[in-house]
Amino acid sequence: MKIVVFVKLVPDLVEELTVDPGGTTLDTTWLRMIINEFDDHAVEQAILLKEKTSTQVIVIAPDFDGVDEVLFTACAKGADQIIKLTGDFSSINNHALARAVASRIKILQPDLVLTGVQANNDIDGSIGPALAACLNQPFVGYVSGVTLEDNTAIVQKEYPGGVIAEMSITLPAVLGIQAAEQPPRYVAVSKVRQVMKTSNIDEQPLDELDNSGFPEVTRMFQSETSAHAEMITGSPDEIADRLVSVFKEKGILQRTNR
Amino acid sequence: MSQDIYVLIEHNQGQVAEISYVMLAAGRQLAGIHGSQLFAMLLGYQAQGLSLDIAADKLLYIDHPALKEFAQDAYLLTLTEIIKSRQPRVVLFGNTTIGSDIAGAVSIALGLDLASSCRYFTSDGKFVSQICGGKIMAEGNLSSGTTLLTMVPGGYKPEEGQSEHPPVIENFSPPVLDNLRIKNIKFIQPESFDIDISKESILISVGRGIQTRDNLELAENLANSLGGVVCASRPVIDQGWLPTTRLVGKSGKHVKPKVYIALGISGAPEHVEAITGSETIIAINTDPKAPIFDIATYGTETDLFDLIDVLVEKVEAAKAS
Repeated sequence: MKIVVFVKLVPDLVEELTVDPGGTTLDTTWLRMIINEFDDHAVEQAILLKEKTSTQVIVIAPDFDGVDEVLFTACAKGADQIIKLTGDFSSINNHALARAVASRIKILQPDLVLTGVQANNDIDGSIGPALAACLNQPFVGYVSGVTLEDNTAIVQKEYPGGVIAEMSITLPAVLGIQAAEQPPRYVAVSKVRQVMKTSNIDEQPLDELDNSGFPEVTRMFQSETSAHAEMITGSPDEIADRLVSVFKEKGILQRTNR
Repeated sequence: MSQDIYVLIEHNQGQVAEISYVMLAAGRQLAGIHGSQLFAMLLGYQAQGLSLDIAADKLLYIDHPALKEFAQDAYLLTLTEIIKSRQPRVVLFGNTTIGSDIAGAVSIALGLDLASSCRYFTSDGKFVSQICGGKIMAEGNLSSGTTLLTMVPGGYKPEEGQSEHPPVIENFSPPVLDNLRIKNIKFIQPESFDIDISKESILISVGRGIQTRDNLELAENLANSLGGVVCASRPVIDQGWLPTTRLVGKSGKHVKPKVYIALGISGAPEHVEAITGSETIIAINTDPKAPIFDIATYGTETDLFDLIDVLVEKVEAAKAS
């Protein structure tokens, strides 16, 4: 069994986000990139499957700032091969990424492709369904559990309200991971450093990228909302007093019977 | 290409999803702008009954046993046939566990442009999408060909997509749906042993800002004091700190308590869509730009670790007075 995990880096939303002076893209000058948390779950799910069955895990990521650490970390967790796709990704969208990654995956011929179900900077749909269509394979997203049986994957797909659909998918297939069966494991920095000395990142240049498939953005702006919370300021004591009066107004404070 | 607007009706286990009505409301606006008709597409098996309150000019009904429940490959084959034969101006999908699985695949398969997470359309028909957890909006024109969009809730009232008059039904023959690779085996209902947070009137909800499992005790203390229940956003559930029955969000529960207290929750769109029915939202978050403050009634940037113990004391004192 061979599993490919596609991973990408996304803007860290804890940091301040600004729009480029051109007004149609994010300003990436000071943008801090981190692994897409759903992709982190996809890596974990692949490693969990590897621990249950004899499976080869290959992790692929496009070259964003910080990607080497992400790939070496995946390796320290148990990935067998790590591939960095190189090229100019400054204005890439998921359609272009899907086409480019599909061309690599066709060569690797995995039984299963895992990727995060979504990313915070998706603007032309998430990458999973597009990747599956490029490969002419079925796709199931919002997956929070995977079991492999011969040429079939049995998956748990999440629906609103906490309902879960159990589905079977004939392999090869692409899955969009919502959550691995357990939280992504922690690996010590020292172990990642050790892996950096003993493992190699396989660098593969990508040819020209085809960004078609997304309508033109004419304006990008910070979310401006018509409403904003009434902000309560002051010391914790003062804030607590104000909140207690809100609770009283709402009639949710039940007097203690004495 | 026609100028008509098509909406994919989402349903699961015999229930039409609310996002369908949101999309019908948006679709009605677009049909007005383009001077065209609004079509709903219902894929199902013996499911015509689901169409009764759908506010569309026409409902395209496609009946096949393989379409009884959502399966991405059967939907992909069917929708590509419909779009190829009808060539609509716009096709709307939910940015949901159904629509998001299918829209990108249709886009690649038919070479049509796709924009995701659209919240609303401007009066001149531009789409406005949200990215980066709702912090950034992107506005753009529809492409010259059929344009696909996935929609998030929040821009339109679901009631605007409902009608007392059932739409005119037009049957569309399904394509050959053989050799499908995805099969639904069964549905697993949420665990019934836990409380149902969608029925609680006071919720203390914790997010990533709670930092550690041990800190959940703070939320539990506040919940005990107020007679409420602790629930959480996705990152806390994924850590296994609370059971999935306590998940508030897109794939968890939608809640509508009297008071919803969000502790260290940033307010990602997947979470926000599930709490807008709350009467009062109190957000406690040290990030002044957290989107949660845009929908909260009250907010404070105080560190929850400085506030909660004091708040519990004051609540207890108020109860005793």
